[in-house]
Order: sequence, then structure tokens, then C-alpha cells
Amino acid sequence: MAIKIIVCVKIVPRASVALRLDPGTLRLDRSGPTEINPSDTFAVEEGLLLRERVGGTVTVLTMAPEAGRESLRGALAMGADRAVCISDPHIEGSDLLGTARVLAAAIASDQPDVAIFGAQAIDGRGSSTAAAVAEGLRQPLVSGVRTIDVVDGHLRGGRQGVTAEQVLEAQLPCVVALAGSTNVPRYPSFRDIVAAKKKDIETRTLADLGVAASSVGIAAARTSVLALAAPPSRRASGEIIDDDGNGAAWLEAFLTARGLA
Amino acid sequence: MSAAASPDTPVVFIEIRDGKATAGSLGLLAKARVLRGTAGAVVCGPDAGAVAEGLARYGSESTFVADIAGIDASLGQAQVDVLAMLVREHGVRTILFENSVLAADVAAGLAVRMDGGVNWDLQDLALRDGALVGTRYALDDSLAAEVGWIGELQLAVFRLGLHDPVEAPVDGRVVRVAPALSGYALATRIVEVRGSSADGPSLATADVIVAGGRGMRDRETLLLLEDLADALGGVVAVSMPIVDRGWYPHSRQVGQTGLKVRPRLYLACGISGQLGHRVGMEKSGVIVAINSDPTAPIFGICDAGVVGDLHIVVPQLTRRIRAAHGSPSGES
Ligand SMILES: Cc1cc2nc3c(=O)[nH]c(=O)nc-3n(C[C@H](O)[C@H](O)[C@H](O)COP(=O)(O)OP(=O)(O)OC[C@H]3O[C@@H](n4cnc5c(N)ncnc54)[C@H](O)[C@@H]3O)c2cc1C
Ligand SMILES: Nc1ncnc2c1ncn2[C@@H]1O[C@H](COP(=O)(O)O)[C@@H](O)[C@H]1O
Repeated sequence: MAIKIIVCVKIVPRASVALRLDPGTLRLDRSGPTEINPSDTFAVEEGLLLRERVGGTVTVLTMAPEAGRESLRGALAMGADRAVCISDPHIEGSDLLGTARVLAAAIASDQPDVAIFGAQAIDGRGSSTAAAVAEGLRQPLVSGVRTIDVVDGHLRGGRQGVTAEQVLEAQLPCVVALAGSTNVPRYPSFRDIVAAKKKDIETRTLADLGVAASSVGIAAARTSVLALAAPPSRRASGEIIDDDGNGAAWLEAFLTARGLA
Repeated sequence: MSAAASPDTPVVFIEIRDGKATAGSLGLLAKARVLRGTAGAVVCGPDAGAVAEGLARYGSESTFVADIAGIDASLGQAQVDVLAMLVREHGVRTILFENSVLAADVAAGLAVRMDGGVNWDLQDLALRDGALVGTRYALDDSLAAEVGWIGELQLAVFRLGLHDPVEAPVDGRVVRVAPALSGYALATRIVEVRGSSADGPSLATADVIVAGGRGMRDRETLLLLEDLADALGGVVAVSMPIVDRGWYPHSRQVGQTGLKVRPRLYLACGISGQLGHRVGMEKSGVIVAINSDPTAPIFGICDAGVVGDLHIVVPQLTRRIRAAHGSPSGES
């Protein structure tokens, strides 16, 4: 059974760049270099592994400003068949609702059997996009899973709780959200990277997807950032020493003084 | 007929795990009372009826219970059907959640269904000029932001582990709700449950925890940590990547998707202290860190830290502690 897989990846500021908010808009400054959200490279790998097992195609899908679309080449180099970027000036300022409407519309137009999401975006941290998209599509959701497979036309996902493991099963088509670093994403070879440079990255606008501009962006947002507050008062940090051979002795004294050793 | 005292009454989403309400979701009932002087609750799944009985003790004046067939306590979509009914028919407008995979799924699904706003990772929630204002930390806790809601339905997802249950008995009533469940919600099922094997003493009650992270060179390094834990009378925990590698069971993972612990001593070895881990352990009594990178965030929250190689410092520390106790072999 060949299946059609979409992997949703977010384009985020590169890990080597310190994240900062634009003081004017109170939104993340996205002007620097970008990459695929680290959690989502696991999702891409999971999609490729599934394709290898059951056959089919993998499309990576993102909603991002034009400038971010080139970052999708990383996923093409890993082996994705297609890359689609949805960009539109009206999307700016979208919260969960706008993002979910756009991604749901893009997924609906492609009709995959499975849409795979990463665990969490470093700049969103809501871990909620997959559930929002599943609701928008009115499709079953298999979330928080570390393993996935397609068996007899159903998606199976393994969840590992603290006290028990659960196996979830859903009818296709469905939406999957992974739990975290579920695999080891492959490193593309030099040849794959060069080949990916020549591949096409498809672009779509809201009009292409039939999404009304009024249903996304700031106009449709149901949350807002009001102000930046003082940075949190962290737990006061104690003494830190370099281990010059006496680190263990110093720690022992510290623990003994507190009755902990 | 509205069962909530007023539309302003915050309703707490009570999460059931192993047949019981999670401590953090119970704790939110106290938060709701601080906020509005009154609290309600909603609880779903086969055990919901029994769990609901206990909620008045923690201050829930009206508890909505959905224990109809088809709702699984750990699957979110059918619970969205329940909460949507509360919003539509019982005038509920504010719902508080403690973060979890389930809570995030339910809040997000409900937001889309009812065009509501969801703010997550909240540290606090307060009233200002009659409006709810949340505080969340952003950008790896380097700054705080105040967030608000636009529109009627306000969903607030708090960071894990901020709220402890507080007893505040009230005369509570229980209201049963039985919405029609969406077909797609019923299309996901749990087909198998395996209890994780009992693997040693529980982390949740441990006084001393020695935790290892990706700084451990290999699986055998865990033996060094187990040895130190033994000398200190503690147990070993790990960060998520160690569970992902299959080196240790998930029941020993501390953090956002693992356990929240609060031992007297938490000794973090080769753990960077990123947010996902920190939320599970930062309330520990004393935090000690051993890490080779002086810029690791764990050093920002520890009481004592050694910048060094854990493979050297840990066995030295174990030997010293054993020597001080006069039991070099580890027998006590
Ligand atoms: C949705 C979600 C949920 C998550 N849930 C959890 C969770 O429940 N628990 C959890 O732990 N994480 C969780 N995470 C992951 C978390 O964000 C971090 O990625 C993880 O905690 C990092 O683990 P670590 O500190 O062991 O590894 P790293 O961040 O790689 O840190 C390893 C550290 O070891 C140090 N080191 C290297 N060699 C040595 C040496 N020889 N001696 C001493 N120190 C050394 C390094 O300097 C480094 O600081 C979650 C992430 C997401 C997205
Ligand atoms: N703009 C986006 N484009 C594509 N996928 C996204 C986008 N935002 C979030 N996602 C997906 O949703 C997951 C969870 O994101 P979040 O809910 O922001 O934590 C990510 O890991 C991605 O897989």
C-alpha cells in the first residue's frame, strides 16, 4: 500500500542565532538566517522511514515568509519528494487559529493519508498545532507518539507514559504529532545536497488555497502580546567552581554541610 | 440552564491519570478561586464520576462530568466535544489547564472549534481592569511577556508543576453532561496498554536523585551514577535523550514529558538544563550540577556547580562519600 505523507515543518531562526523579539511588534525577529525547527527534522525522518516501509511519497509543508522557503532544501536533501511553502503577506501576525486554518487548507487540498507534525516549535512551544489542524480537518489525531507505522490501512502510534505504554490506532487519513527525538535524522550526502539545490520548491498563496485573508493574521487572532515584563527572577545561582582536581572534595564538603551526604 | 455560578467562573480541566486526578490540575482549583473567588471543574472518562466526587474538597462548586461510552481519559478529541458543550450550553468562558500532551490537544481543538484564544506556558494569570492577563516566559525564559485574550473564550494553559492541591471544602454539585461525540474523535482508539515494568524505587518519592544526561559518554556511565546514588541513598533519573536512546526506562525520565520531582537533593550530571528538563526539577531543595560547559543553563539554577568531566568527578565523589561513611565497598 503506497501512502501519501505530508510532514509539517516550521522554519525558525537558526539555532546559532540568539532569539530576540522585535521591540516594536513584540514578535519574534525572523530577519536572520533560518532552518527547519529541530523537532521537525525528526518528523521528516519519521516520514521517510514510513515511506521506506510502506511505499509512497513524502511532501514537506511549511507556512513561512518567502525568505524562509530556501530552508526547505534541507528536507529535500534528506529525501523528501516535494516541498511546499505557503507565503502570503496577510498571514503575518497569525496565532494558533490562523496557522491551523492555513495548514489545514493546504493539507486538505493535497489529501494525504497522514500528516506528521513535530513535537514542538522552539519559538511557539505550544505543542498544539497538530491538534488544531486535526480539528480543522475533522480528522483523527494520534499525538505524543514515539513510534508510528501503518498496518492494515490504519495508523498505529506508540505512546510511552510514565507508568504505562499505550498503542493508539486511527483510521486514515489522520494527523500525527510526535513526542520528541524519536529517531536519528539522516545526514544528507554532498550529492544529495547538490541535487536538492535543483529541486523545485512550490509556493502557494492564500488565494491558491481558497483561504480568506480575514480568517488569518492579526484580524483573526484571539490572543495578543500586551507587553514585555521584567525577566523572570531565576532561582539564585550558587557557587560554581572549575574542577582542578578538587571538585569532588568541594562537593562532598558542600553536601556534608547541608546534611545531604 | 447554567450550572456554572456565573460565566466568569473559571472551570478547571481535571486530567485523570491512573484513575486519579493529577495533582497539578487539582492545584488549579485553588488558582481559580484566587482569581474569581469561585471555581468549577470538568472531568472526562470512565473514572470521571468517582474523581468528581472528590473535587468539592478542593473547592469545585460545580463539576461537569462526562463518563459516557467512547471517551477515553487520555485521548483529547472526544473531550473537545465535552468542553464545546460547556461553552455552548453552560456559558463557560474561562478554562484553565495544566500543560500536558492531553491538555494541549484539548485546548487547541476547542480553540479551533469555538474560535477561542489559547495562551500556553503560563506562569501566572491575573485580573486587570476586569480582563484576564497571563504572564509567560519566552525565549527560553530570558524574558517575560504579558499576554491577553481577544474575544469570549479564554483558554489558559499553565506550565507544568506550578500548582499544588490546596484543600478548600465547599458544597459542590455534580452535573452530568453527555454530548454527541464526533465521528473523527471516535476514529482513534487505544488498542493496547502495557504497564511499564516495575523498575526499582520510585522517583516521585525519592529524597535524593542523581540524574544523568547526554554528557554521559556511554551506557556504562549510568553505573557510575547508580553507584553515587547508592552511596547517597538515592535513585537515578535521566533526561529525555537518554530514554530516547533506550538506555533507561521512561519511568525514570524527569521533565516536561516525564516526571516532575522535588527531592531534597538533585544532582545533575551532564545535563544542560534546557527548559524541557528544568520544569521537572527546578523545585528541588538543593540542586548540584556537574557539567563540562561553564555556559550550560543548569549552572544558572544550581546551588553548587562543578565545571568538569562527570566521568572523573562522579566516581571521586562516590569514593569520598563512602570513605566518610566508613564503608568503602558500598555495604552499609
Ligand atoms: C515537547 C518536548 C518535551 C520535552 N520533555 C523533556 C523531558 O521530559 N525531559 C527532558 O529531560 N527533556 C525534555 N525535552 C528535551 C529538552 O528540551 C532537552 O533537549 C533535553 O533535556 C536535553 O537533555 P540533556 O541535558 O541530557 O542533553 P544536552 O542538552 O545535549 O546536554 C548535555 C550536557 O552534557 C554536558 N557534557 C558533555 N560531556 C560532558 C562530560 N564529559 N562531563 C560533564 N558534562 C558533559 C554538555 O556540556 C551539555 O551541557 C523535551 C523537549 C520537547 C520539545
Ligand atoms: N508555520 C508552520 N508551518 C508548518 N508547520 C508548522 C508551523 N507551525 C507549527 N508547525 C508544526 O507544528 C508542530 C508544533 O508546533 P507548535 O504547536 O508551535 O509547538 C511543529 O513541530 C511543526 O511540525
